[in-house]
Amino acid sequence: MSFRAAVITFPGSNCDRDMADALEKVSGSAPLRVWHGDAELPERLDFIALPGGFSYGDYLRSGAMAARSPVMRAVIAAAASGVPVLGVCNGFQVLTEAGLLPGALMRNAGIRFVCRDVALVVENSQSLFTAGYEKGQRIALPVAHHDGNYFADDATLDRLEGEGRVAFRYAEALNGSARNIAGVLSESGNVLGMMPHPERAIEAAHGGSDGRALFASAIKSLVKA
Amino acid sequence: MSPPPALKGSKMKVRVSVSLKPGVLDPQGRAIQHSLEGLGFAGVRDVRAGRLIELDVADDVTDAALDDMCKQLLANMVIENYRIEKVAA
Repeated sequence: MSFRAAVITFPGSNCDRDMADALEKVSGSAPLRVWHGDAELPERLDFIALPGGFSYGDYLRSGAMAARSPVMRAVIAAAASGVPVLGVCNGFQVLTEAGLLPGALMRNAGIRFVCRDVALVVENSQSLFTAGYEKGQRIALPVAHHDGNYFADDATLDRLEGEGRVAFRYAEALNGSARNIAGVLSESGNVLGMMPHPERAIEAAHGGSDGRALFASAIKSLVKA
Repeated sequence: MSPPPALKGSKMKVRVSVSLKPGVLDPQGRAIQHSLEGLGFAGVRDVRAGRLIELDVADDVTDAALDDMCKQLLANMVIENYRIEKVAA
């Protein structure tokens, strides 16, 4: 069975090729490439990825314009029907702006763009994206963002924690994120948004391969299903 | 050359001020405050940076529609408040 993934490209996306490459290397199948202006997604998708970058030049707010682009209506419908959706970096910003994930990503508390490898703690190893990790495992992934400061009100944060929807946490404070949250899951668990870049850490040549298990988990969960 | 349909007839100017909700940390405001201190201006207790969006709209655009524009796009209701002000065009 081949793995049918789609990578969405918005004007200003710049991690779409890395994402497509990672999906192909881990799954063995090249993902379909979808342009933001497409009103429909390819049929029978197993996985949708929203890549990093600066969609629409970060106009208005990071991810705000992309979240209202034609393809996102189809992504929202696909997510509602259970298709796994991964948003990385700008993709995470798009998911919050589209209302698929709670909260918002604000300017880093330290004002500066942060671009380096960071230590993360896996908080939930039960989701389809994180089943390949152990709960409490420390992994290293690169981050590269200006607006990664996760914000949500306390009631929302308590709910996320209580429902096991914090997927990853920064091991140390990085960007002002509430409770050091680096990645969150949707209520139904099939949408994951995260600021760190798993697609930039899938083989030794990248300097680390801790991101590989995320793609492998998602692929495995679909083959089993 | 005829103007696009939306600009026909009378129109109004709408100013939408978008600001961070109280309590939401504003790193940009903080940096501006530090810069003002660096320039020697004393007594600036706090700075909050927002966004001003001006719209030219036909005068039959309803208040409810303006409100929806703010809620659906112009402001992110998780972190921001907005204020709508109509001014003579």
